[in-house]
Amino acid sequence: MRLTYPDSIRIIRLPCTGKIDVIHMMEAFRKGADGVYVAGCLEGECHYLAGNLRAKKKVEYTRKLLDEIGIEGERIEMYGIAASDGPRFAEVAKEMHEKIMDLGPSPVKRVVRKGVPS
Amino acid sequence: MVVGGGIGGIQAALDLADSGFYVYLVEKSSSIGGKMSQLDKTFPTNDCSMCILSPKLVECGNHLNIEILTLSEIESVAGEEGDFHVRLIQHPRYIDVDKCIACGTCAEKCPKKLADDYNTGLMKRRAVYIRYPQAVPLKYVVDKENCIYFEKGKCRACEKFCPADAIDFDQKEIERTIDVGAIILACGFQPYDPAISDSYQYGRSPNVVTSLEFERILSASGPYQGHLVRPSDAREPKKIAWLQCVGSRNTRIGNKGYCSSVCCTYAIKQAIVAKEHSDGLLDTAVFYIDIRTHGKDFEKFFNRAKGEMGVRFEKSRINSILPGRDEGNLEITYLNGEGKVAKEDFDMVVLSVGLDIPQESIDLAQKMGIELNHYNFVRTGSFDPLQTSRPGIFVCGAFQGPRDIPETVIQASGSAAAASSLLSGQRHTLTKEKEYPEEVDVTGKEPRIGLFVCHCGTNIAGVIDVTEVTEYASKLPYVLVAEENLFTCSQDTQVKIKENIREHQLNRVVVVSCSTRTHEPLFQNTIREAGLNPYLLSMANIRDQDSWVHQSNKAGATEKAKDLVRMAVASAAKLSPLYRTKLPVVKKVLIVGGGIAGMTAALNAAGQGFEVILVEIEKELGGFARNIQRTLQGDDVREYVANLIEAVNHHEKVEVLTEATLAGFSGTKGNFKTELSVGPTMHHREIAHGALVIATGASEYRPKEYLYGEHESVRTQVELENMLSTEGEKIKGWKNVVMIQCVGSRNNANPNCSRVCCQQAVKNAISLKEINPEANVFVLHKDIRTYGFAEDYYRKAREIGVHFMRYDEHEDPIVERADGKIHVTFMDLALAREITLESDQVILSTGVVAGNTEDLASKLKVPLTSEQFFLEAHVKLRPVDTQSDGIFVCGMAHSPKTIDESISQAMAASARACRLLSQDWIDVGGIVARVDPELCASCLVCVRACPYEVPFINDEGVSEIDISSCQGCGVCAAECPAKAIDLLHFEDTQILAQISALLEAS
Repeated sequence: MRLTYPDSIRIIRLPCTGKIDVIHMMEAFRKGADGVYVAGCLEGECHYLAGNLRAKKKVEYTRKLLDEIGIEGERIEMYGIAASDGPRFAEVAKEMHEKIMDLGPSPVKRVVRKGVPS
Repeated sequence: MVVGGGIGGIQAALDLADSGFYVYLVEKSSSIGGKMSQLDKTFPTNDCSMCILSPKLVECGNHLNIEILTLSEIESVAGEEGDFHVRLIQHPRYIDVDKCIACGTCAEKCPKKLADDYNTGLMKRRAVYIRYPQAVPLKYVVDKENCIYFEKGKCRACEKFCPADAIDFDQKEIERTIDVGAIILACGFQPYDPAISDSYQYGRSPNVVTSLEFERILSASGPYQGHLVRPSDAREPKKIAWLQCVGSRNTRIGNKGYCSSVCCTYAIKQAIVAKEHSDGLLDTAVFYIDIRTHGKDFEKFFNRAKGEMGVRFEKSRINSILPGRDEGNLEITYLNGEGKVAKEDFDMVVLSVGLDIPQESIDLAQKMGIELNHYNFVRTGSFDPLQTSRPGIFVCGAFQGPRDIPETVIQASGSAAAASSLLSGQRHTLTKEKEYPEEVDVTGKEPRIGLFVCHCGTNIAGVIDVTEVTEYASKLPYVLVAEENLFTCSQDTQVKIKENIREHQLNRVVVVSCSTRTHEPLFQNTIREAGLNPYLLSMANIRDQDSWVHQSNKAGATEKAKDLVRMAVASAAKLSPLYRTKLPVVKKVLIVGGGIAGMTAALNAAGQGFEVILVEIEKELGGFARNIQRTLQGDDVREYVANLIEAVNHHEKVEVLTEATLAGFSGTKGNFKTELSVGPTMHHREIAHGALVIATGASEYRPKEYLYGEHESVRTQVELENMLSTEGEKIKGWKNVVMIQCVGSRNNANPNCSRVCCQQAVKNAISLKEINPEANVFVLHKDIRTYGFAEDYYRKAREIGVHFMRYDEHEDPIVERADGKIHVTFMDLALAREITLESDQVILSTGVVAGNTEDLASKLKVPLTSEQFFLEAHVKLRPVDTQSDGIFVCGMAHSPKTIDESISQAMAASARACRLLSQDWIDVGGIVARVDPELCASCLVCVRACPYEVPFINDEGVSEIDISSCQGCGVCAAECPAKAIDLLHFEDTQILAQISALLEAS
C-alpha cells in the first residue's frame, strides 16, 4: 500500500506486545526518545490470546510513572491495529508524530543537553 | 494432488505435506488464497480475514513438500485409486518467477488500466499485476487478455523497466502429466451472479452491490481504503439494506433450491462491521425469510446484532426494488411479517448472494468422471461425506455443499485423512528433507558481522542512498564486511553471502533489505547452508518501513536507514544460537468417546497405520446415534453404527476399552501418559500415547416444560422416531400432531441453536404424513433452519401439507390438558393473533446440550465454552485443535452437528493427530522462554500470566517452562518481577541494545 507516514518513527519488533516491559519503555525515555507507542492486535484479537491487554496495562502504568517524574504521560500510547489495516497504521503514526511535535522535545533531552549526567 | 488453492486446498495440502506426502497444489489463478483472501472480516469473532489467512499462505508457499502449480488447469485424469495420471496445462505467466522480486515496477509502468476482479471491479489494476499484496507466490503475472503487447503487437513497457529482467514474453503453455495416488477436490464456489435476474436493480444502480463487493468496500485494502462509502457518489450511507436468499432457496430462478448456509451470518457480520464504521449511526436492516445462525455461537452473534448493535431484522418477502426518491437511493417494497405491504428507502442495498458452482468445476467433474447432485455440487453419501463417486478422489469445502470457513477447514483436514489412509504405505517415500552442514560453534567468540544492503532494484536505491548507508554500516562495531547488492534475495547473492561467511569467518549476518515476514526464512536458510545457526541473522527493513513510506523525503529516509542498520547491528552482536531438541513421538492415539465420531477417528487413524486406544465410558459403543433410526436422506443409521462397531472391534490396531474413565493425565504432545480406570472392576491402566482425541459427544436436553413426563402424549422427536418403525398402526390414529421447535435451545438458559432439531422435525413430519396423509402436522417454530440441501426436505414437507407456523420468540407456547386432548396455544406471527390447536400428540424438538465435560476438561487442561462444549484453538482455522497441542476434538463434544458433519470432523481430528504421529521426532525449542532458576522466587506470576498454562513449579521449587508447550509470546518474561525469565531471540539485552543503538547516536 506504501502509505506515507512521518519519518520520525522507528520500529522495534516483538513477537507479541505482551513481551513489552516497563523497563523497555522507560529506558527509551531515559535515552532520549520523545515518544513511545506500542502497536498490537485489536483488543480481543490477540494472536497470543491476551498479550495486548497486558501490554495496555503496562503502558498505562508507564504513563503514570512518567507523569510522576515530570515527563508528559501523553508521550506514551497503546494502539490496536489489525495486521491488514495499513491505512490505520499510517494514521496512528501521524497522530503520534503530531502529538509529540506539539509537546516538543522530551524534558529528559533538555536536561541531558544542559549537561546533567543521564 | 489438491485441486484448488483456497483455504480448503491450503489446509488439505498442509496436512498432507506435514504427514509425509508430497503434494501438488493446483490453482487456476496466479496465486493461492481463494475467496477468503477477499473477505474483510470473518464471523462470529469479526477477526480480520487476511490476518489469519496470511500465515497459512506463507507456510504453504515455503513448504518443501508442497509444489504450487498456479495458472494450471486439469485436462484429464487417467488411472485409478493409488495410481492416477493427471494431465494438466500450465498457462504462461510471462514472468520468470525465479527473477521476479515483486517490486511492482512493471505494474507502475504498464499503461493499461482495467477493472480489478480481486476487488470485484470496484478498483482498477494494470495488465501486469499481483492479485493482492500478500499473494503467494508473490510474483507478478501478465494478463494476456488485456495486455497491449498481445493485443497490438507493441508496448513491452514492463519489459523495458523491469530491473530484474524478469519479463519473458516467449513463455509458452506447458503440458504436464503428474502421477499421484489420490486427488482432493477443493474447487470452492463462485458467488451467485444476481445479474441473471433483473429484479434487484443490480448492474443498473451502482449502489446495489453483492455481499462480496461489500466485503471489498469495507476492506482497508479495498477501493475506499476501508471508508464505508457508496459507489455512486462516494458519500457515507445512512441506511443500508441486506436482502437475504439472493440465489438461494429459490427453485424458480436458476435451480437454486438449496440454502447457502452462510449468508445469514455473514450479513449479520457485515451489518455489525458497517455500524462500527459509522460509530453506530448507520441504520441497517436485514430482510430475511428465516435467520439461519445454526453454527457454534452464531446465535449469540445474532442476538448481539439485534440487541446491543441495533441491527433491524425484517421478516419479509421482497416485492420490488426501484430507484428511490433521492438520487442514488433505492426503494424496497415488501410484504412484512404480518403480510402487509410496506415501503422503505435505502442509500445502499447489499445482496446476500448464495454459493454457486462455477461452470469450470462442472466441466472438471465431467472430465474426471465424478457425479454431481441436482444442484451441481459433488454427490456424496450420508456416511461418506468426503468420498466422490470415483474411488481415490475426495472432496472438501463448498464444492461438496454450501459451507463456511471452519466447516471447509474441517472437511479439508478430513479429506487429507482419507487420502493419507489410502496412501499410508507410501508415507515419507517421496518427501524431501533438507540437509545442512554441521554448525560452527560461536559461543564465547567475539561477534564478526557481515552486512548486506539491498538496492531492491530502485525500490530502495531510488529513495535511499544505499552506498552512503553501506559505508556508514562498515564503520559500526564488529562489522567486518559491508556490501551492497542489486537484489539481496537473488540466487547469486545467496552464494556471495555464503562465500563471505566462510572467507571472513563471519558469525553473525545482518541483511538490510525488506520484511522479515517474507524474507527471514530465505536468509536463515542461506546462513544455515554456510554452517551458521539460523538464529544468528538480524534484518533491518529499509524498504517497507523506510523507502516505500518516505518516498518524497530522501534525506530523511537515508538517515532513518542508518538508524535501522545501527539497531540491527547492535541486536546482531547480542544474538545467540538457538537449538531445537528432538523428542521421540509415541505413535499411538487415545480416543475418548466411542460414538460415531470416536469410532470414525479410530478407524481412520488405524487405517493410517497407527495404534488406537478407544475409550468408552458406557458398556457398549455407539453413543447417541443408537437412538437415531434414519438420516434425513433416509439412510439407515442403526445398520451403519452396527457396522462401525463391528469394524472397530475387529481392527487389529484398535483396542477398545469400555466402561473406562480417565483418572489421570500428564505429559506434552507426542508424549502423553493417561491413567484409566477400566471395566466393572475398575482396574488401573496406564497408557503412553502421542495424541488424544476428544469425542465424548453431547446429550439430549431433557425437557421440564410442556407437560413432558406428565402427559403420555407429549414426547420428544427421538421418542417419536423410535415409534415410527414399530408402532405405525397407533400413529395412524393421530389426527392432529403439534411439534414445538427450540425446546431447550435459543432461550436464556441455552442461547445457542442446536442445529439438528429443524431437520429432525422435518424428517419426522414427512414420515407422519407418509404414514397418514390425512393427519394434520403443525410445526411451531422461531425460524426453520434447514440449511444446505436439507432445504429440499423442508420444501417437500410444505408441499405435502405440513403446516409451519412461526411463534413469537418472546412468548413460548402454552401446552394444557383438555378433555383427553392437549391444547397448544401460541401467538402466530403471520396471522398476528393467538391460536389454539387441539392436538392428539405434542412432539418436542429438544435441543442438544453438552455432556458432563467439566471433569475431562480440567484433567486435560483444555478450555470449554460457556455452554460447556470444548473450545477449539481458533474458531476459523483450527476447528479441531484445542489450545493444548496434541489434543484434538470432534463431533458433538465440539458443538451440535449432524452425522455427516461429525464424520467429517472425526476424520479431521484423525488427520491432525496422525500428522503429529507421522513424525518420528518433534522438534521443540527455538524461540521459547527460559527460566533462570537462580533468580526465580517461585512467586507464581508466570504460572498465572501464561495464556497457555505452561509454566509450573517443579520439584526443585522453581518455575519451569516446558519447551515443547511454550508458544513464544514472551508474556511471562515481561511479567516476571525477578526478571528470571527471558524469551530467547527477544532477550531483554537484545531489545535494550536496539533502544540504546537507536537513541545514543542521535
